Amino acid sequence: MLGRTASNLFWISRFMERAENMARMLDVGYRVSLTPSLDSGHREQWESTLRAAGIAEAFAERFQTAEVAQICDFMLFDSDNAASVYSCLSSARNNARAVRTAITSEMWESINTTWLEFSDIKPSRDITSDIPRLVDWVKRNTAQFRGTMLNTLLRTDGYSFSQLGAFIERADNTARILDVKYYVLLPRAELVGSNLDMSQWSTILRAASAHRSYKHAYRDRFKAWNIAEFLILRREMPRSLAHCYGWITSTLDDLESYYGNRYECHELCQRVNDTLRQSDMDLIFQEGLHEFLTNFIASNNSLAMNIAEDYNFY
Amino acid sequence: MYESVSADFYDEMYSQDGDVRPAYKQIESWISKQPKGGLKQIAHDAEETFRRLGITFAVYGSTDAVERLIPFDIIPRIISASEWRRLERGIEQRVRALNAFLHDIYHRQEIIKAGRIPEELILKNAAFCPEMVGANPARDIYSHIIGIDLVRVAENEFYVLEDNLRTPSGVSYMIEDREAMMRLVPELFSRYRVAPVEDYPENLRRTLRSVSPPSCKGEPVIVVLTPGIYNSAFFEHSFLADEMGVELCQGGDLYVEDGFVYMRTTQKPKRVDVIYRRVDDEYLDPLTFNPDSTLGVPGLFSVYRAGNVTIVNAPGTGIADDKAVYTYVPQIIEFYTGERPILNNVQTFNCTNEDERSYVLDNLEELVVKEVHGSGGYGMLVGPASTKKQRADFARRIKDRPSNYIVQPTLALSTCPTYVEKGIAPRHVDLRPFVLCGEDVKITPGGLTRVALKKGSLVVNSSQGGGTKDTWVLED
Repeated sequence: MLGRTASNLFWISRFMERAENMARMLDVGYRVSLTPSLDSGHREQWESTLRAAGIAEAFAERFQTAEVAQICDFMLFDSDNAASVYSCLSSARNNARAVRTAITSEMWESINTTWLEFSDIKPSRDITSDIPRLVDWVKRNTAQFRGTMLNTLLRTDGYSFSQLGAFIERADNTARILDVKYYVLLPRAELVGSNLDMSQWSTILRAASAHRSYKHAYRDRFKAWNIAEFLILRREMPRSLAHCYGWITSTLDDLESYYGNRYECHELCQRVNDTLRQSDMDLIFQEGLHEFLTNFIASNNSLAMNIAEDYNFY
Repeated sequence: MYESVSADFYDEMYSQDGDVRPAYKQIESWISKQPKGGLKQIAHDAEETFRRLGITFAVYGSTDAVERLIPFDIIPRIISASEWRRLERGIEQRVRALNAFLHDIYHRQEIIKAGRIPEELILKNAAFCPEMVGANPARDIYSHIIGIDLVRVAENEFYVLEDNLRTPSGVSYMIEDREAMMRLVPELFSRYRVAPVEDYPENLRRTLRSVSPPSCKGEPVIVVLTPGIYNSAFFEHSFLADEMGVELCQGGDLYVEDGFVYMRTTQKPKRVDVIYRRVDDEYLDPLTFNPDSTLGVPGLFSVYRAGNVTIVNAPGTGIADDKAVYTYVPQIIEFYTGERPILNNVQTFNCTNEDERSYVLDNLEELVVKEVHGSGGYGMLVGPASTKKQRADFARRIKDRPSNYIVQPTLALSTCPTYVEKGIAPRHVDLRPFVLCGEDVKITPGGLTRVALKKGSLVVNSSQGGGTKDTWVLED
């Protein structure tokens, strides 16, 4: 397989995953802005949402104020925002077009139809009233793409590269949501003791599509400690860091047996995976959650770069 | 029919007295039995399918969508078995002669020595590629993949409008149009014995395989080389690579080392033996041709000259489909085959000849003017459809640079019933059969029928709003 093809497959999945995450984060931000707030909570919430999405600076450069409609447009439709849903779907489709021979026709149709439908969407003047509908649409279509890929793509090297893209993006996203949101909420949690503001805390879980599954896993009300554990260490939680690294590790193992070669990326992945397996929440909180997540995000980035280098992406 | 057939043109479906030609009987009865809105629904479904599958082409210079659909017409164009046999013989004769001509031009130049074609027409022609002189392509074949544009003006009267020996496109539409028809109107195929076209990619692969370089032992590695996703025919490049099961490469995916061409892969570099390139000659290799090109592979041409890779089609084939050389093709056929041409050329006026030029200038209203190096329907004048101002403009240009233009009578292109907005109407069509030259010559039965969708228009190019039809060659 061409190095460029491998790179394209990696990025198609990564962009689709990012589009979905962007939509989910927008959903959460919007939901919060609808709930009554005591103080300047909204502003902070949006601010943190933009930071979690990694687009706070880009947004601040463009806009003085943070109107809800502006934020929505920026996250969904703005072609100058490289992380907007628009840009993600467009990049995914261009990548897919370039490697049509390496993906199945079902995958291509899914991605192409998604793009054509999205570019036909004309948001109404009051974009905010469309948010729930648009977010659902993005989630449905990205899920359909992923399902189509799982159902049709040959389990060879190309499949592995596309899995790596999806799970590296997902791990990055979960870590960032947790990092950013946790620090917005934690001071408040101390203020009110153990009596957490349920709707606020549930936003972290919602941003990771995990507020219902939390209930099943813990049968308990939302607790800061549990939420962090759920999103970092619980392997059964499909967006947790541990789950993502379980998947990435076995995917890199597949590549090792497919090609018969082991590289730097395998070693790094092993180290990150071991850390996650051997940690518990006591340890993590001792080290400091923020430090832990910052290190994780950096390692995750390095892994992406190592993969690109080891498999001749260009 | 919403519009009636014109007496001035041969119609593929109806004879002059309005009878349905035998080959079209079943189609006609099928159409007449369609419920109201039935054809409209099929046309709509076809368009949806093409859009979803991304069967698109890009129109250069258009600012709206980068990609457009080529309109697909649901009424097929039918060619009888006997008509096809004659076309096939004529096409094979023509492509064999043109390949022999290319070999001769780049070696001994016997045809020039024999005085059958003027020396300056070849050697001073921009399409002549001096770098190719003395090169020896595998099996002495230069143009392996050829499209011959034919038009019909009467029952048994076909003309060759032009030859395409460089990088002809459209074959993916031939295959996808058939696919669409079989999906949309399967019942029609049970009433006819239509010769299949879907084995084209396999035949293409075999052709490419049969011309692998002598240095290649074992199974040759074949790739398709594309300029990339912004090229107008990118869909076709990826379609063909996919159907053949070979890599689709861009220039940056390949490099030259120690006299061979390699692909960059996720593991070790892989040697490449045959390159079906859809990149024009001048962009192939910045070290030999256009130094600014980023689409090609530096050093590729020297590997080719050393016989360590096959480039399909070979560089320099443009000299055989040059519009000025076109006029000599009948002589070329006679010179290399010793036979009379089976298919005729269109009469062509040479503007550098004073008598012919003055005839041309006096009769522009009835003639078609083409730029010698133009293609895709750009830069041409269709006399009967032109304005006074356009004719004055072309007259001036012809006087300034007579050698830059060829002029032909306006051909009465046949019409074929076509589904348009208001119903079924006769529209002008041409035909591009696709030819493969390797171990042997293979011509896919049928080809691409292009149709001018605008009423009265004779320009069928997709860049000028033309559409396509599925083309059926009937088996006996």
